[in-house]
Parts: sequence; C-alpha cells; structure tokens
Amino acid sequence: MILFILKRLLFVIPTLFAVSIVAFAIIQLPPGDYLTTLMADWASQGGAVEAGTVAAMRERYGLDQPIYVQYYKWMAGILTRGDFGISFELGQPVTNLIWNRLGFSFLLAFLTLCFVWALAIPIGILSAVRQYSITDYSATFMAFFFLAVPDFVLALVAMYVWSTYFGQSVGGLFSAQYIDAPWSWGKFLDFVNHVWLPVFVIGIGSLAALVRIMRANLLDELSKPYVTTARAKGMSEFELLIRYPVRLALNPLISTLGWILPAVISGEIIVSVVMSLPTTGPLLLRALLAQDMYLAGTLILLISVLTVIGTLISDILLAIADPRIRYQ
Amino acid sequence: MTGPADKELLLQVKDLRTHFPTRTGVVKAVDGVSFDLHRGETLCVVGESGSGKSVTARSILQIVDRPGRIVGGSMNLTRPDGTVTDIASLDPRGRQIRAIRGREIAMIFQEPMSSLSPIHRVGEQMGEMLRIHFGTPKPERRRRVIELLNHVEIPRAETAIDRYTFEFSGGMRQRVMIAMALACNPNMLIADEPTTALDVTTQAEILALIKKLQAEHGMAVMFITHDMGVVAEIADQVLVMYHGKVKERGPVRQIFHAPQDEYTRMLIGSVLKLEKKAEIRERRAPVAEDAPPLLDVRNLTMTFDGGLKAVDDVGLVIRPGETLGIVGESGSGKTTMGRCLLRVYEPSGGRIDYRRADGSVVDIAAADKKTLKSLRRDIRMIFQDPVNSLNPRKTVAQIIGEPLALSGMGRKERDARVADLMAQVGLEPAWRERYPHAFSGGQRQRIGIARAIAVKPRLIVADEATSALDVSLRSQMLDLLLQLQDELDLAYIFISHDISVIRYICDRVAVMYRGRIVETGPTEEVTRNPRHDYTRALLSAIPHPDPDDRRLQHRFRYAGASES
Repeated sequence: MILFILKRLLFVIPTLFAVSIVAFAIIQLPPGDYLTTLMADWASQGGAVEAGTVAAMRERYGLDQPIYVQYYKWMAGILTRGDFGISFELGQPVTNLIWNRLGFSFLLAFLTLCFVWALAIPIGILSAVRQYSITDYSATFMAFFFLAVPDFVLALVAMYVWSTYFGQSVGGLFSAQYIDAPWSWGKFLDFVNHVWLPVFVIGIGSLAALVRIMRANLLDELSKPYVTTARAKGMSEFELLIRYPVRLALNPLISTLGWILPAVISGEIIVSVVMSLPTTGPLLLRALLAQDMYLAGTLILLISVLTVIGTLISDILLAIADPRIRYQ
Repeated sequence: MTGPADKELLLQVKDLRTHFPTRTGVVKAVDGVSFDLHRGETLCVVGESGSGKSVTARSILQIVDRPGRIVGGSMNLTRPDGTVTDIASLDPRGRQIRAIRGREIAMIFQEPMSSLSPIHRVGEQMGEMLRIHFGTPKPERRRRVIELLNHVEIPRAETAIDRYTFEFSGGMRQRVMIAMALACNPNMLIADEPTTALDVTTQAEILALIKKLQAEHGMAVMFITHDMGVVAEIADQVLVMYHGKVKERGPVRQIFHAPQDEYTRMLIGSVLKLEKKAEIRERRAPVAEDAPPLLDVRNLTMTFDGGLKAVDDVGLVIRPGETLGIVGESGSGKTTMGRCLLRVYEPSGGRIDYRRADGSVVDIAAADKKTLKSLRRDIRMIFQDPVNSLNPRKTVAQIIGEPLALSGMGRKERDARVADLMAQVGLEPAWRERYPHAFSGGQRQRIGIARAIAVKPRLIVADEATSALDVSLRSQMLDLLLQLQDELDLAYIFISHDISVIRYICDRVAVMYRGRIVETGPTEEVTRNPRHDYTRALLSAIPHPDPDDRRLQHRFRYAGASES
C-alpha cells in the first residue's frame, strides 16, 4: 500500500514538469507579448511610443531573451524561492495576487464535488434499481438535458431568473458589505446564501454525467452472480443492494474523480467570469487577454498541480476501496 | 445406499412452471417439473444447456433472475418437526422465503470466482449467514467461520478468513462456498454445476467433500450437472431434463442400465460412445512409425514476462495424418504451447521443425514474417469458444472466405469454394449470407472448422475445440474431424483437458503438467497403463459413467497434482 502511494507520487513529478512546460508554451502561443499588447493600447489612446522605450522595457522585463531562458528563470524562481514572478499589468508579485482567489476556487470546487457526489449516488441507484420506470426516465431526461446545456448559459439563465423573479442579489460570493469584512458568523451565512447557486451551476453537468455512470455501473453489478449468492443467503433486498452491488459500483465512480475534478475546475473558471466570483477565473481571463505571462502561467500551473493532486487522491482512495488494485 | 422408501420426504415439487416473458413470447424454462427429494439423498438433475435444470434449482429458492417468474405448481418443504410450507406460494421478497434461504436450503454455484464478492473478505461473506439467521455476535461468528473453514479442509483457516477470493485457487473458492452454505446446518443443499469450472482432480476432491459432509450432516443434495460421469459417481436418484420438461426420473442404476426414454438413451449413448476409440479409427491402417515427421518440436520453452515458465523444454513429434493429443489441467501450459507452434506467442527457446509438402524443412521458431505467413496457411487453428472466435459483423461466407481472400483467390472461385466447404462440414450452403448469431453452438464450431480447412492445411491445432459443446454434439464434431482427416490427409494436434475426447480421437497422447510433458505414448497404452504418477492421478480422477463402478473413492492422488 505504501509502495503503491510512493509509486504514484513518483509519477506526479514528471507530470507536473510536463504541465509547467505546456502552460508556459500556451502563453507564448499568441503572436507578440505583453508589451505589444500594451503598445497597442497606448496607440489606440493616441499616444506614440518611441522604439527605444519599448526595447528598454523589453529588456527590463526579460522579454528579449529566448523562451527557454525565460522558462528557466521562472522555474528557478519557483523552485528556489517560491517566487512566481511579477504581474506586468498589476505591477505586483504574482504570489500576492493569487492565494486568496485560489483558495476560493478550490473551496468552490470542493463544495461542488460534495454536492455532485451526494446527489449522484442516490439518484443513480434509484435509476438503476427502477430501470425503465418513470423515475428512471425522468432522471435520464434531466441528465441528458443538463449534460447538453453549457454551464455559462446555465449561469446566465440562473442569474436572470434569480434576480428577476426572486429579487435576490446574484454574482459574487458575498454581499457588498461583507466583501472586505473579516470572517464572522454573519459573513459565513452570507457566503452560504451566495455559494449554492454557483455550486449548482458548476456541478449540474458533472452531476448528470455521474448519475449516468452510477446507473450503468450498478446495472452491470446487479446481474452478477455474487448478488444471487447473497440473495440465496436470505439477506433482505435493501441490505443486499447496499452491501454488494452498490458497494462495488462505487469503485469505478471513485476513479471518475480524476476527470470530474478538471471538469469542475474549468467549469468554475468560466462560470466565475459570468457570475463575477472572487476566484481565479476572472483573473486568469484578464491575464490571458493582456498576455500577462507570469500571472497566467502561474494560475494555469497551480490549477494543474491541484488537479494532479486530486487525481492522486482518487487513486489512493480507489486503492483503499478495492483490494484487487491494492494487491496488484 | 438405502432406497428412498425408508427415508422421510423433504421436498415435494409438483408441476413446477417457471416462465420468462420476453418480447418475442413466453419462454417456458421450467414446464411442469415434478420430483421428490428425501432426507440424506442425492438427486442429480441432468440435462444439456437450455434444459431448464438451473432455473428449476433457482425456482426452489425463488431466486430466478428477472423477468423469470414461477407461474404455477407447488413445492412443499417438510421440516423435521413435521410442519410443511409451500415455497411456491411465498412472496419472493418476503421474510418467510428469506428465512428458508441459507437456513433450511443452501445453494452453491458454478463459478466460484464471480459468485463471491471480490472486495469483501471471505470471513465477512461467510459470517453474514450466521448474522442474518441467528444474529450471532461478532467474536462467536469469527470462531464459527474458522471452524467451518477447517471443516472444508482449508489450510491455515485463521489467516484464510481475512483474505479475499482472488487470493484463492478455484478449488479453494468452491470450498469457501461450500463452507458458507453449511454455516446454518441446512437440511438441503442445492449445488448448481459446482465443479464444472474446475479441473478433474479438483472436481474429484470437491465431490468427495460434498459426499463426506452430506454423510455427516444428513443433508439432502440436489446436484445440477451436465456431466453423466459425475451423475454416475454420486447420484441416488436422477432427473433427466430436456427443454424444461422431465424426460425421465428414477434410481441411478435404472437410468444408466435401463433407460426408458429415448432422449435419456441418446444421452447415455453419446457418453458411452466417448468411452471408446472412435469407430472411424478402428477401420484405419496405423500411421507409419517411420514416416518423416511433419512437425518436430525440440526443447520448446516459453517464459512469460513475469518470469513464469509456461512451457518448459517440450519435445513433440507428429507424423502426417496423425492425431496427437495434448492433455493437461488448467495452468499446465497446453494452450500456451499450442499457440507457440503458430508463433501467436513467441517461444523463448527451442526448435519447431516443420516439413513442407515438397520435403524441405523449416524452423518455425526462427522463421521470418514472410515464411510465417505462408506457414500459417499450412497450419491452422480451431478455437474453444465458437461464439467469440467468429466476428459477429461478418456473414458466414465472409468468415469462411477470409483465408481464401488472403491467399489471393478471386471472388467467383471463392464463392464456389465456400459452398463446397460448408457442405463438407455439414452446413447448408444456402445459409452462407447469415451471421454467426443465427447459428447454434455446434454449427458455429462447424463454421470454425470450415474456416480452418479452407486453405487446405496439413496440420490443425485444435484448442479445446469441443469443450463448449454439449455431449451429444461432441461426438458428432469429433466424427466430423476424423472424417475430414481421411478426406484431406490432415494431422491434428488436439489440446484438451478431457481424457474421453482424447481417447476417442487421438492416436498418440502427451500429458502435460506444469509446462512439462511428463508422458508420451500411444493413447491406448497411456490410458490403460500410465507410467507417470501424475497421469495415473489424472486418469483416476475422471468420473466414470457407470454407477456400478464408482472409482473416485479409490482414486490415486499425486502429491502436488492438485491446487486444492
């Protein structure tokens, strides 16, 4: 078991290394760099810039060096000093800007996962046990509907409905008076009041997918011979269901964490922009538009790191849940 | 054995009918079955696949898979205290039937791997029985489970209790199943093909164990099987089923020695037919001993990546027109060896010298891709599973014509050849445009044979080619193979775990055990006077289809021969 975890941890290192390269490369993909964007901005406002100024700035930001040197400097800063570089646009170290938002991002992702799992399992079970019943057909219809609706559309519709018909403030994770206030009971209640809508919007697509997976897994398990064996023991139908087929159907569900987590994170980024949540989403969008490379790169890198860790956790959970994997 | 007359009646089944409503109509899986079962008696329910024997067994516990339902009849269970319950009238999800399941009537199943949960510990699954029926507290449960595991002769029961099923061998798993079934001291044990998935030596041990436990506990046993040999070894009473109906029932001696029903006679006949050498072979002249070998295998070795030596220094000779049997139990390496001959698996050492029709000799083990391709036209394979070895999306004509197309034959010519081939293996050429699913198991195996002989091979490697077939079809298929051998001058390498099949069709036999060949010789000689102890153990573990000559009790055991 310990060997298994160590092995998985060892795999994490090259994965993260590859992710960092890809993240850096993606940011370099569009033509030009932060300064070209900046110049274009200035030019559109009527300002003329001398070529010498641009060259001087490029040198100051290190943008005149080859890409691999820039990457090396960035990586060296992260690994040796925990220094993720400076945001060009905001003129601040990236570290100062992101931690708070990253925290909210992951809180939101975590809450979404809890929401998704807590609902997907019972609905999936019901759908499988009552296969081809009204319950099953309704669950199936809803699942396909929400799978098909893009989450940003859902976010817009939800916000519209909630504010027009219920007159509630939408957007953000807090009411105006609590945004900069220290944590208190009131702020917590306000947070709970706000957070459920984004959680619902981000999670519903994954929820639909998980319901389908749970249903399919369970249908497979229900016809397995060990279920008949348990029935022949004289076990009651409900105990039998929970103890055997459901328990076994959960195993593949655990491994879905590996792709549900990235889905939730990317959904969160898009939905956050629409609902203006104080998470990494809006910040990342702005950084990408401005080609603010260190900020964008760091965000992508950290989101990926946390996703890889999430996948690692799902691997470990699966090993705990399934002895067959543990003993391999 | 005492007759049933002086024993108490335990279960009386009358006119049982279990139906499966499907979209195309009602399938009458059990159609008016009646029988009596007495305390301490063994009733064997025998029949070929689809006869409804398994559904009958499951109907007794009301655990028939959906959409199956008991639609009529009665099943009166008499308890030792004299009370009687009609099981057929109980609600299949109700408390009353649950109290009978496991407590009064316990059941064991065919596939001991999938019949136990892979992720729950063995002890937990066994202990459940006690918790459900007696509410036994945990420490006592554990004590009792260890006792049961010891009872079924599982070594180191104290540690075995905390292990998972995949850590056990097939025989051990079936022992666990039996121990579990015995947990509540049931009056009746239903065993649904409990030894079909096991090797013969393991089967012999499980049968002996069930017999022993039956004598100790005074249980009645209802034993479902398709193997007449097993029936002859253990049955007191026999129920012969065909298409959901009882064809004949009676004491085992009467069924074997004086069968009344035509179907029973056919069934017994096809079993007895396989006890001897095939008639076709009797008429043949013996294969010339001095003929130059078609295939000469020397020091063949195959090691898997994990370091397992599946084939270990094997040497074989096969002459033109000869049938060589390779017999062995699961894990003996016989299938791996067969695949090495065609380089499906890469042998890790040794020579496979093949003599071409023109007399030139080529080493298959060292052949390059091009040579290999031409060799694979000379040496063909027939597989065990007639269902999965045919592509379901191709018509029969396409399947049989495929090797012909690969050898560059034109379309017109191919069509004519396919029709010839189908007629040759006993299939109607008019069926050529049908897909494999439209054919029965036996017909599918004929398609496989037609595909194998399409390019006029000189050697066919048949891997358990008749194992998936019912016994009545088995001898037909073997006769077909022998007939083709005469027509096409084929040599066969016949891989099987079934000695009776080997005895029927093979001129010579090689016995494999743990990757090595322990004995080779003319079939007659090896089966009559085995020299190696393993061969003796293997032969004596085979159930003999004669209730007057029960041999399993006196069988010879080979140290380390069995996995249980």
